[in-house]
Amino acid sequence: MLEQMLFGKLTLAAIPVHNPIIMGAGAFMGIIAAVVVAALFYFKKWKWLWSEWLTSVDHKKIGIMYIIFAFVMLLRGYSDAIMMRLQQAIAVGSSAGYLPPEHYEQIFTAHGVIMIFFVAMPLMFGLLNIGVPLQIGARDVAFPYLNSLSLWLTVVGAMLVNISLVVGDFAGTGWLAYPPLSELTYSPNVGVDYYIWALQISGVGSLLSGVNFFVTILKMRCPGMSLMKMPIFIWAALATVILVILAFPVLTVTLGMLFLDRFMGMHFFTAGFGGNAMMYVNMIWIWGHPEVYILVLPAFGIFSEVVATFAKKRLFGYTTMVWAIGAITVLSFIVWLHHFFTMGAGADVNAFFGIATMIIAIPTGVKIFNWLFTMYRGRIDFKAPMLWTIGFMTTFAIGGMTGVLMSVPAIDFQVHNSVFLIAHFHNVIIGGVVFGYFAGLIYWFPKMFGFKLNEVLGKCAFWCWIVGFYVAFMPAYYLGLMGMTRRLNHIDASTGWQPYLIVEAIGAVIIGIGVVFQVLQLVISIKNREKYKDTTGDPWDGRTLEWSIPSPPPFYNFAITPVVHSRDAFWEAKQERLKNPNLIEKPHYTDIHMPKNTSVGFLIAVFAGLFGFAMVWHITWLIVLGIIGIFATVIARTFNTDIDYYVKAEEVEKIETQLRLNRAI
Amino acid sequence: MTTQTLSTHDEHHHNADATDVFGFWIYILSDCILFSIIFATYAVIHTNTYGGPGLKELTNMPYVLGETMALLASSFTYGLAILALYKGNRCKLLTWLAITFLFGLTFVGMEINEFVHLYIEGHTWQSSAALSGFFTLVGTHGFHVSMGLLWMLVMMFQVAKSNITPAISRRLTYLGLFWAFLDIVWIFVFTVVYLMGSI
Repeated sequence: MLEQMLFGKLTLAAIPVHNPIIMGAGAFMGIIAAVVVAALFYFKKWKWLWSEWLTSVDHKKIGIMYIIFAFVMLLRGYSDAIMMRLQQAIAVGSSAGYLPPEHYEQIFTAHGVIMIFFVAMPLMFGLLNIGVPLQIGARDVAFPYLNSLSLWLTVVGAMLVNISLVVGDFAGTGWLAYPPLSELTYSPNVGVDYYIWALQISGVGSLLSGVNFFVTILKMRCPGMSLMKMPIFIWAALATVILVILAFPVLTVTLGMLFLDRFMGMHFFTAGFGGNAMMYVNMIWIWGHPEVYILVLPAFGIFSEVVATFAKKRLFGYTTMVWAIGAITVLSFIVWLHHFFTMGAGADVNAFFGIATMIIAIPTGVKIFNWLFTMYRGRIDFKAPMLWTIGFMTTFAIGGMTGVLMSVPAIDFQVHNSVFLIAHFHNVIIGGVVFGYFAGLIYWFPKMFGFKLNEVLGKCAFWCWIVGFYVAFMPAYYLGLMGMTRRLNHIDASTGWQPYLIVEAIGAVIIGIGVVFQVLQLVISIKNREKYKDTTGDPWDGRTLEWSIPSPPPFYNFAITPVVHSRDAFWEAKQERLKNPNLIEKPHYTDIHMPKNTSVGFLIAVFAGLFGFAMVWHITWLIVLGIIGIFATVIARTFNTDIDYYVKAEEVEKIETQLRLNRAI
Repeated sequence: MTTQTLSTHDEHHHNADATDVFGFWIYILSDCILFSIIFATYAVIHTNTYGGPGLKELTNMPYVLGETMALLASSFTYGLAILALYKGNRCKLLTWLAITFLFGLTFVGMEINEFVHLYIEGHTWQSSAALSGFFTLVGTHGFHVSMGLLWMLVMMFQVAKSNITPAISRRLTYLGLFWAFLDIVWIFVFTVVYLMGSI
């Protein structure tokens, strides 16, 4: 009785002590965590970590934390991938492989959830945090404290997924947890509850970020930057956050109803009592399809910046680019049904959604041609970001074409739920989103840290990734056409699929070597950071405002708010200065108003995490504690009036003089 | 790009009221989407009563009308509170906020009472998909109103404790937007759930 009061459904039996794989992974995570904690004690860095990072409201630091967090989760998502590839390559005929079905199903669920929600989303918001305020000439985002809260809510959500590895289990339902499988009747364990709360908490974080960046872009652009003078990355970011604001409430409601079904015994999606499981599938994809564009539009924006910079040309077709982004934003909301043509909605409905889906290929094609024409007759500098961009254009075009293929309902009926689909969406997500974010990371790395990444290792990573991708996923198209369905734990020997599955596994290993190169690149670049130092603030001969300030920028970004008169404002300014080197006037500094750091975002997220964990295990007192903690922290914050300060003009001048001296060296 | 200083722009965090209120509007927009998808769900499943009675037999229209009047009245009194805020009259402001609070409390109390009655009569959210939808839609609105009441309490405390600072008047503006928004949502709930349910 007392035990149940203290721990709810949680017992020691929730820890799978007899499963060596899970225990090994858990021990590995534990050791890493212990090493980090020990190092923080040894180097006496706790205070630094707390006051400089965890409580920071500086968008550049928040962006960096998003990115570090995403990379840690990428390693976990990748581990899941390689485990699946290995299982499918060996579990043929008489061999059952090394993963039992109930473990395998958790792995493919965790792989999808982690890669989308805790790798791609944080990378996206990380890059938005780095790029957006700097490109629009702003000193921070509109709501800096909300920004910190968003970050920590995302991290806490991921922590719930990680805890589920060791305490209890994770959902085995696939990454979108379709009912009735995800209902209590068929998934009685806590896995789906972990899933729900991990996504609810991080989803709130994403929504708040969306609101934050929407307001930032519309209200905080520097003087002169009208909408049509914004860099394309800003347009892409604007479209993305519009999609976030419109789509994420739908996810919240959908998962909320699934929670009510499981927790309160409601009947939204249950098999009996009038529930309607297909409603869940519709709703989750009304969020889910825009989500795809939420991820890929910023990548498109990055490619636009990278292509223009490294081809040393103005972006071709700026206006059509903007309209293409706008068209994709609108269309992304009227195609959701193509994820389940087989629902049986009828020929008319399927035809509408099929045609709407095909139409999306038009604006996307416009973008591809714009990039190509930007490169045409440019002086292309084949740096690593440019390689990722070219790799993207070829790979994404193939993925897009298989997508158009599946938008034909009659064809979709044949390949629905097959690994053909798996090949398609990896083709666009790896070829589009992942390549784009990697290009962006290398591109903005010097801006974030003040030194460039090693070029050679970066190129090695690129070649491994792109070759590995094709080796891993081209066989999947073939297998899909031969009728292999997704998420199989064991394959009959008579199918003759094993050779292809072995090839896929080899491809995954090649991608793994690419990841190793990326880690190496980071380590070696940090070691040689003096050698790769960016003293100019403009290492790529860039075109937009972020390159007009030192790398890394001072905490207030722009000592003097820039005023722009054209697109590619910094590039134009450089051309002017070449003609007239005496143009630089003596700067006149004024006081700068800045927000103070706050621990409120971090604390709210911690309480939200406790609340989520308690909801999973039905620990009543902890639920109450979590709720009270959240409310108390929010309310206490409203009583705090000491939230901002001024950087004096003399102080700004001192910092700027020092920065200029550093630049001269 | 030139490097001239616009003094107004440096102050962006200082004169950020317009930006902040805009941000709150965007939040309201996202909340609007949240409600719309619950409405859509309700529209799909409200006939799935699983053999149980429809909503027509379960609700008492005059009672719900009273509930509605309480909420609409609270919006009016909140308007009066904002007028007092503009005049800088703290005493009046507090009085109108308190009256608004009581109207809001009446609304939530009546709603809880309705829920309890349904529960006692055996018509719970577990009975059918239609009732799941009913309790969720009406309950989500009631939850929002309750949050608004909690918020109002905090604001009353802050107004009583100190002078009307820009931060406080900005928060009262937010709360006013929130409160009016919930009124509008309730008009839809009243129409879609109760009026259309009773025909």
